[in-house]
Amino acid sequence: MIYTPSFLAVAIFFLFVGITLGLSFYLGGRAKSSAGYFAAHGQIPWFVNGVAFAGDYLSAASFLGICGMIAFHGYDGFLYSIGYLAGWVVALFVVAEPMKRLGKFTFADALNSRFDSPGIKLAVGLSTLAVSVFYLIPQMVGAGVLVQPLLGLPHWAGVLIVGAVVIIIVVTAGMVSTTWVQFLKGSLLVIFSAVLTVMILQRGFEVDPSTPEAQTVTITPDGSEIINGLPKGKGPGEASLRPVGTVSQLPDGKTRTGPLGLIEFFSTLQKSEVVLWTSSKTTAKDGSVTTTYSPKQTPGSQILRPGEHPKFKGIRGDQFSEKLNFLSLMLALFCGTASLPHILIRYYTVKNEAAARKSTIVGIGCIGFFYVLTLYMGLGAMTSGAMDVTNSNMAAPLLAKSMSELLFAIISAIAFTTVLGTVSGLILASAGAVAHDLVGCFSGIKLTDHEQVRIAKITSVIVGAIAIVLGILFEKLNVSYLVGWAFSVAASANLPSLVMLLFWKGVTKQGIIAAVVVGMTSSLGWILLSADTYSAVYGLPAENALVPFSQPGIVTIPLGFATLVVVSLLSRNKQ
Amino acid sequence: MTRNSRIGLVLFFLYLLLYGGFVLLNTFWPSTMDSTPFAGVNLAIWYGFGLILAAFVLALVYGFLCRTAEDER
Repeated sequence: MIYTPSFLAVAIFFLFVGITLGLSFYLGGRAKSSAGYFAAHGQIPWFVNGVAFAGDYLSAASFLGICGMIAFHGYDGFLYSIGYLAGWVVALFVVAEPMKRLGKFTFADALNSRFDSPGIKLAVGLSTLAVSVFYLIPQMVGAGVLVQPLLGLPHWAGVLIVGAVVIIIVVTAGMVSTTWVQFLKGSLLVIFSAVLTVMILQRGFEVDPSTPEAQTVTITPDGSEIINGLPKGKGPGEASLRPVGTVSQLPDGKTRTGPLGLIEFFSTLQKSEVVLWTSSKTTAKDGSVTTTYSPKQTPGSQILRPGEHPKFKGIRGDQFSEKLNFLSLMLALFCGTASLPHILIRYYTVKNEAAARKSTIVGIGCIGFFYVLTLYMGLGAMTSGAMDVTNSNMAAPLLAKSMSELLFAIISAIAFTTVLGTVSGLILASAGAVAHDLVGCFSGIKLTDHEQVRIAKITSVIVGAIAIVLGILFEKLNVSYLVGWAFSVAASANLPSLVMLLFWKGVTKQGIIAAVVVGMTSSLGWILLSADTYSAVYGLPAENALVPFSQPGIVTIPLGFATLVVVSLLSRNKQ
Repeated sequence: MTRNSRIGLVLFFLYLLLYGGFVLLNTFWPSTMDSTPFAGVNLAIWYGFGLILAAFVLALVYGFLCRTAEDER
């Protein structure tokens, strides 16, 4: 699809970036010490911290990935919304207050509170880095996806811009600027998603009487693109892909519904028929690859039920391994949130346990509200007539475009700050892990306050650069799927130790180290050997994969718990 | 274990039952999600929205029950 950048969009985009950077420089002076840099001196008001939780958590995967998945396949994307939110219950009821009580700057602090062991710092520091980098990839991919239509720049340029801006935010004022950027982004995202939802309901559904035709994209061996048999372009004799996303039939033979209520929206769609698109690839003898996108009239009742997305089809089949795969994903989402290092460090920015608790409740309110809206936005995009058949991640911004240019510009700029907010949190978590946990372990030297901050800043630049490279390499992956992996690794590596430390007196430092290492390596290994990675990353046949299903959580989370208990019992007897 | 963590655990298990029920229904009896129990909207949507609302309501209940002397100061 060819996008034309609009002046308005570019202006609003740069305004947002300008405000973000201005804020960082303004706050720079407040983050000179390590307490300021890593934890904003514990002085962030609980309400601000709560909204910042939403800003931190509602990543590109939530906004772009989930909306895109719902827009292309229906209800299944909403399963992610449900799982992501459910994870916050674990965070609030089990983790929030002890995290604040036990730790200081990083997640390793809390796990190490009873032991003062360099081994724990090393293992947890490494797992923090692994999870954060895994989580960074989809965010950076999302950034590239956004900048393409917004500024008319290629994917890599978007990734580079985000990387550079985030590095500046994190280096100038650490947790102070990160928190305020996340607060700003969290509020804007929730408010404008609500605006978009109201507009979707006001617009209602309208039948498109034309018959949708299949579309083809051919990439020739010399790299040029042929669209529907003509060279790609906007001039005469050239073609670009037609936008898709139409309703083919409404209940009672109506042609348009007019404004709809919150419930009526679903009950109408349930009895309608929508055109969805499937794709298939063929390779010709000369090496050119053609992707054919075919329309498929689909009943609304099918769109609004789980099990239609290729990744979730298994729940309607007979294969037990496919059902396990689904259970495993839902378990990882449930357990993952409370194990994400960049979320956990936010508990150190408030003054006490009560503030930690209150800010989590505010966070759940904002995040839950947003996730309810994802279903309206996804289905609104599905029927907007403005979708790019080749790119599900663009569904939400293009939905806005179908309403008005101004809204498109604002939503795109917000989506961009979404990436900024989450990436800053992730880079800060990584920098904390390196400067506060890892460097001390390796060198054995106790760093001064300023040295810690300096190392954290250097690490931020390095991690930012790595994120840029990975974001360019992984351009083609759907962002919400990758985040599912990050959750699996976080839940397997971190949750067993955290939970057992809180509820079992018999935990030993050897137990924690073993559980973190086993949880992290087993879940990472499982992912690398899974069918999804085989087909999406290595380009190998999925059936050659060595593990029976793709999502590791259901095996590796219990494995982490078992390792912790066994090793703790063994090492305690020795002592 | 503190009073707050006891309350937290009870609410956690309550939510786990709700979430676990949803996940198991989807996994082993997915066709139950197609039924439209109320207002022409299917169970998948009602249960999904219900889970999100339940998380928020339980969070508020927890916040209310955990008001401590420290908060009131």
